[in-house]
Amino acid sequence: MRFFGKTKIDFIGKRRIAFAISLVIILAGIVSLVINKGPKYSIDFTGGVAMELELTPVKEGAQAVDIQAIRDALINAGIEDAEIQEIKGAEGKQLVLIKTQIVGDMKDKTSTKVIDVIKKQFPDNVDPATLIRLQEEVGPKIGEELKGKAILAIFWALLGIILYIWWRFELTFGLAAVAALFHDVLITIGIFSLLGKDISLSIVAALLTIVGYSLNDTIVVFDRVREDLKLYRKEPYGSVINHSINETLSRTIITSLTTFVVVLSLYIFGGSVIHDFAFALLVGVVVGTYSSIFVASPLMVEHFNKKEKKLGSRTKKK
Amino acid sequence: MRNRKMRGLIILVVLLVTAYYFLPLVVPNLPSFWTTKRLKLGLDLQGGSQIQLEVDFTNSELSVKEREDAIKTAYEIIRNRIDQFGVAEPLIQRVANTNRIIIQLPGLKDPSRAKDLIGKTAMLEFKFVASSEQMQETYETMDKFLQENIEKYEFLEEFSDINETDEVVDVLGTEEEMDDESYNNAMIFTDLTTSETGMPLQIDYKHLAKLKSLLKDPLFLQNIPTGLQIALGKDNKHDPYSARDIYILHKSAEITGKSLDNAITKIGQGYTAKDKGPYIMLEFKKTGAKKFKNITGQNIGERLAVILDNIVFIAPTIESRIPDGQARITGNFTIEECHDLVIVLNAGSLPAPVNIIEERTVGPTLGSDSIKAGILAALIGMAFVILFMMIYYGLSGLFADIAVIVNVTFIIAVMTMLEGTLTMPGIAGMILTIGMAVDANVIIFERIREYLEAGKTIRSAVDSGFRRALVTILDANITTLITALVLYQFGTGPIKGFAVTLSIGIVGSMFASIVLVKAIFDGFVTNTAKDKLSI
Repeated sequence: MRFFGKTKIDFIGKRRIAFAISLVIILAGIVSLVINKGPKYSIDFTGGVAMELELTPVKEGAQAVDIQAIRDALINAGIEDAEIQEIKGAEGKQLVLIKTQIVGDMKDKTSTKVIDVIKKQFPDNVDPATLIRLQEEVGPKIGEELKGKAILAIFWALLGIILYIWWRFELTFGLAAVAALFHDVLITIGIFSLLGKDISLSIVAALLTIVGYSLNDTIVVFDRVREDLKLYRKEPYGSVINHSINETLSRTIITSLTTFVVVLSLYIFGGSVIHDFAFALLVGVVVGTYSSIFVASPLMVEHFNKKEKKLGSRTKKK
Repeated sequence: MRNRKMRGLIILVVLLVTAYYFLPLVVPNLPSFWTTKRLKLGLDLQGGSQIQLEVDFTNSELSVKEREDAIKTAYEIIRNRIDQFGVAEPLIQRVANTNRIIIQLPGLKDPSRAKDLIGKTAMLEFKFVASSEQMQETYETMDKFLQENIEKYEFLEEFSDINETDEVVDVLGTEEEMDDESYNNAMIFTDLTTSETGMPLQIDYKHLAKLKSLLKDPLFLQNIPTGLQIALGKDNKHDPYSARDIYILHKSAEITGKSLDNAITKIGQGYTAKDKGPYIMLEFKKTGAKKFKNITGQNIGERLAVILDNIVFIAPTIESRIPDGQARITGNFTIEECHDLVIVLNAGSLPAPVNIIEERTVGPTLGSDSIKAGILAALIGMAFVILFMMIYYGLSGLFADIAVIVNVTFIIAVMTMLEGTLTMPGIAGMILTIGMAVDANVIIFERIREYLEAGKTIRSAVDSGFRRALVTILDANITTLITALVLYQFGTGPIKGFAVTLSIGIVGSMFASIVLVKAIFDGFVTNTAKDKLSI
């Protein structure tokens, strides 16, 4: 079986359209980031309290808990800025996500206080054995440190990649690949900002994974470009690179498809803990595939074209 | 031919080792030597708490060497406390080159007890309660101080309004008439520390945080009359929202925890509230007992407060000399509370306070939900990939499927061999690898198809396909490996788990698709598919 035989799609000719689309999406993300004053960091980076509690009625006739009632109870206890959200639980479980800042300092045990309030106010919905599903309290100092570490990690990953591609290909390839990676990461962060989703430690891990995946994709195309440039010495850069993209298109689509479906399975069935992580990967797989076809390779064409203008065309030179 | 034999041998060894470590997971009742190494589940999957502590040297004058010793002592004491607390397989680690300690407590349902236990400095002190004149003086001083400095303490504004102080009870029962001038002064501290029921020296729960911030404020502390201190009474676990007592104490300790020999939990059998329920029996060392005898003998009628970590537990009046070096701490204890206090008293006090700077707890229900969800997601993803490859590439796709299955078992086997910890992100890494594992084979198969279309023979198309794809696969995977290694370097627990499974998965998939699938192809092409290849 095969989806398509030999294709001759003019990707390179349409590159300006692709650049425009990318630009619009990136700009939308940047606007959202500016309006919201940067990404919405999770407590991993800001410090704070996050917990997931199960409030399924335990006594006969008990009602589901109203979110506003929880908010009021917390305000009465001096916890004023809580962000409360109901999340979907299996088998009719009522699960509630509560995020708040640390009131006082870590010694004042904000998370324990929240639990005490819930236990006291909603005794009909509290089974002590299953109440706490997740309880996280992170001090501000840890958050600051992690932020620094995360930025360093992204820096080192990108540097390692540029160096490796520089060594294996040439610098142009490396820079084009890294430009595509920035493109992917920016779009993913932008989409997270547009949807109001938190950037947590695991999302940073997802971003780095996207970097790895997108690069994987890009390199398969580049590898073909390197090969074809040697093979078709008379052809202009644009058409050689377009040819390479078409040759690898089948592989690009199939691998993206299998990866997309597994990540989709993780997103749908993988449970609440991994949900946002899987979402970031989903976005990453789509954007990463797109960028290796429409961003990385066309950027090289742009670069080579400029070089041609300076040095005369490739065909004439040979 | 020799190369082929070599390759066959390598494949055989890898498969055998994989099977050896994978089997215990699926076959029950294997002999015990076989199951010594097992795959541990991370806290996020089995439930439990991770607590990160920092030994706090901000107010200490210890030298670098003394600090190092203090961290070691703190580590030992905390380990001791957790041992006695009774959690299965706790993990207590110093974070290298820092003053931090990470504690993992698997399967713990209620982390708040453990937190209390760990965070206690366990500084036991006996101090005298101040005389009523000294209390009066303290109250007047603090009222005056707050009145004059109210702009620094905005959170006390509600008490600075004179109209609301109508109902003020003369706190300490002195019968002086208030003159006009003092009436014009709001008695902020007095109001703050009088409960709604009118009890002096008691603070309502809703105002507790305000008093706590006052007691942390250096300027406020400076203004307390010399030699005295203000301390809070113990909370009541049976009624956590009730008003708390306040004590004015002499600052210097008469006896400290250093004189303590042993502490035990006892249950009172009496009928009055005081004699009923659990209490703690303290036994002093010889020197401590002698000191205790003298102090109690010389101060009959005075109140002696028992203080642990700056909280007053009880402050009984000394009725007679206590000769046997034994003291009882009573007071609204729950059994758990008593049990935990005894642990910290016996394990000794920490050389410096420790602060909890991070805490993450996963309940058992979320953990088991995550495992179920992870396995379901993995199975569905894997089923899709396997079916897809079979349909799209026919028999060759089936070979690639063998590679996928080998790769997944390989990851689990290597994790078991390294006695690694499987976390939820680790499962995610594994699932991602399933998707990416076929990539190498897709690259190879697409190449072979191209060469077949170009008119090459099956034999040479397969050989060149694998050879040419090898370069691409290496380049593509090494870059992913670079990011995985960076992730490992930077990550904490769960992210490390993700990086590990991803790395093992990349190596495994390269082995499976380049070596294993090639071997199957070689055998297959030479024997059966000389004329037609299903790809």
